[in-house]
Amino acid sequence: MSSASAIEAAAATIERRRRNYARHYIWFVVPAAIAVLGTILFPWAFTFYISAFDWRLGSTREFVGFANYTKLFTDERFGWALLRTLYYTTLSVIFPLILGLAAALIFNHKFPLRGLARTIFILPMMATPVAVALVWTMMFHPQLGVLNWLLQQVGIPPSMWVYHADSVIPTLVLVEVWHWTPLVMLLLLGGLAALPIDPYEAAKIDGATPLQVFRYITLPLLAPYLVVALIIRTIDALKAFDTIYVITQGGPGSASETINIYLYLQAFAFYNMGYASAVVVVFFALILTLAALLMWTREKVRP
Amino acid sequence: MQGITRRGALLGTLAAPAIIERANAQSAFDWRRFRGERIEVSVQTSPRGTLLQQHNREFEELTGIRAGVEVVPEQQHRQKIIIEYASGRPSFDVGEVSLHVNKRQVGRARWNTDIRALIADRTLTAPDFDFDDFGAGMRSYATQADGRMDTLPAFADYFILYYNKELLAAKNVEVPTTWDAMFEGAKRIEDRSRQVYGHVGRGVKNANVVLWSSFLLGTGQRDMINAERQLITDTDEAIWATVQYQRFLRDASPPGSIGFNWNECQTTFMQGRAAMWVDGIGFAAPLENAQRSRVAGKVGYAVVPRGPANHHCALFGAGYGIPEASAKKGPAWFYLQWALGKQMQTRMLSAGAGVPARVSALRDEAAISGSPFPREFFATLLASAPIARAGLPEILPVTEFRDTIGTALTNTIGGADPAAEMRAATAAFRPILERSERES
Repeated sequence: MSSASAIEAAAATIERRRRNYARHYIWFVVPAAIAVLGTILFPWAFTFYISAFDWRLGSTREFVGFANYTKLFTDERFGWALLRTLYYTTLSVIFPLILGLAAALIFNHKFPLRGLARTIFILPMMATPVAVALVWTMMFHPQLGVLNWLLQQVGIPPSMWVYHADSVIPTLVLVEVWHWTPLVMLLLLGGLAALPIDPYEAAKIDGATPLQVFRYITLPLLAPYLVVALIIRTIDALKAFDTIYVITQGGPGSASETINIYLYLQAFAFYNMGYASAVVVVFFALILTLAALLMWTREKVRP
Repeated sequence: MQGITRRGALLGTLAAPAIIERANAQSAFDWRRFRGERIEVSVQTSPRGTLLQQHNREFEELTGIRAGVEVVPEQQHRQKIIIEYASGRPSFDVGEVSLHVNKRQVGRARWNTDIRALIADRTLTAPDFDFDDFGAGMRSYATQADGRMDTLPAFADYFILYYNKELLAAKNVEVPTTWDAMFEGAKRIEDRSRQVYGHVGRGVKNANVVLWSSFLLGTGQRDMINAERQLITDTDEAIWATVQYQRFLRDASPPGSIGFNWNECQTTFMQGRAAMWVDGIGFAAPLENAQRSRVAGKVGYAVVPRGPANHHCALFGAGYGIPEASAKKGPAWFYLQWALGKQMQTRMLSAGAGVPARVSALRDEAAISGSPFPREFFATLLASAPIARAGLPEILPVTEFRDTIGTALTNTIGGADPAAEMRAATAAFRPILERSERES
């Protein structure tokens, strides 16, 4: 037997063993596959299926094809909810990113009681969103809330916070920023700790200012971590429901009615299950598109 | 000694059925017939739910039936039971149904069993149950259009006027009997520099419709749908009610009322920051709680002011039903008999937890005397009963109705034109109602 044929035979044996291995052990994968199909794929398929029906709980189902989707295009309330979601998401991503980056830069330096300060800083992240929302609701009360009392102590007129259509979304964003800036800080702090020190030494020798170091070294090197934080924050902010529901339930009027609140109302207050399912499908497609775009950006900024 | 004669035996045999029937009627009802069973009860978070939980052991000792009592906040409870009913296998054997929200929906789908058959079954119904003791109005409220009674009426909720006696007395304001007098009084009491306001009321959408309907009920129109079941919320009367709502909420209430539900109203009133508040009758307990309320002992109670054409207070209520899908209808019926029996209904009254559906409880002088609430509260309750009228239309999409009209009302607090808002909201909801009426 030539050495070439010996190698081929060995390769064939390895391949045969691999196939046998797969054949023998594939059954071990089946339970997990069923679980994944049952808990992830089936609900999605079922939601899509239901979206093709006009169905109110307690009534009969009527097949309407894509009518629920075409109705979305003329539904003004859906359009406003979509715009509000984008507004809320934009603010809820930008501010935690800026503040989280600033906090990470501060906590990356050594100073007395740094550990304690870091622990205190990340405390909001530990709290349950519903509990956080209830506490903030009390603080926002225009007459009895502590926030207006504090404002008045320093001579600032009281605010209406979540009790006015103009200020409700910025106020909800304030809660979101307070709650989730620590997460961004932790992600970026990890990134800062992993940065190489050589570029900084070179910059020091070249006489770069701290601002130049940040602009031309830290920021580009930290970009992949920033994109990760951006993806996580964007998806989280798009999904936001609990805080908004507990504090405003989409009000005043519909001034803070985001897509999640809208679809919740459609499904569980108006019991329009078919229409609500169409909203879910469209919203899911939107999140997927956005996530894909962000992933693509991440690949682009990877060093 | 004389033995049994033929005549005596014959007379005894003939009289036996009557004697047995009489003996049965007087003997103790077999409350332990279902001992060892377990049922699940699902009710809303409220003082009434608390009462059921507090006295649950009494039911278990009486019947030997284990009862798990689940208490869920009002809005979530309404959603939860509908989804469970629709699933075909509800997790509960007794469920609370808000008649002003879900009556028609539950009735149309026939999710609950018709309890008339259970009431008629003398082997299942205790002799002292006394169905006639339930007020005629409440029995009618719990009865579906087709005559089925799929819930046993539990309690009524009337909208009444709460007022702060101290604040009214300080400005010599009489307890108002008309909406105009109430508004004028509220403006006299108002002192924005001290953050004291003449009125507080529900501004948040959906919840605010029941305050608006309190104004509408005083008009000649009174209702939100007409006899042909068409929406009439854009008429002159409906717009008049909206103007009243707007002026009370915009001009006489604390800033931020646009986001107030009953809990914010309650907090504001309890802190002595508002002089008058129109809302459901179940708030006496927290208002009179000296540990939590700054106005305990200073609260006055009165029927809602009269409107230009009529005098009604908004009526809401709930019943307890047994799902058709429940496999434990017998034990569940025993629970209903206990939970809505005379003793529990009297307890509800004494605790200020609502207006019992049973007339005997309302006439129980001992319960009223022993209650921590002032006699004025009970007088208001009794005076409200004859003027009570449904505060929401009996339609399927009632939550959608409240959402649409409620958003319009909220917009008026922000300064929007009442007529334009009501016309737009009516135009938006009309096709939804028409479709729902066609389907049902």
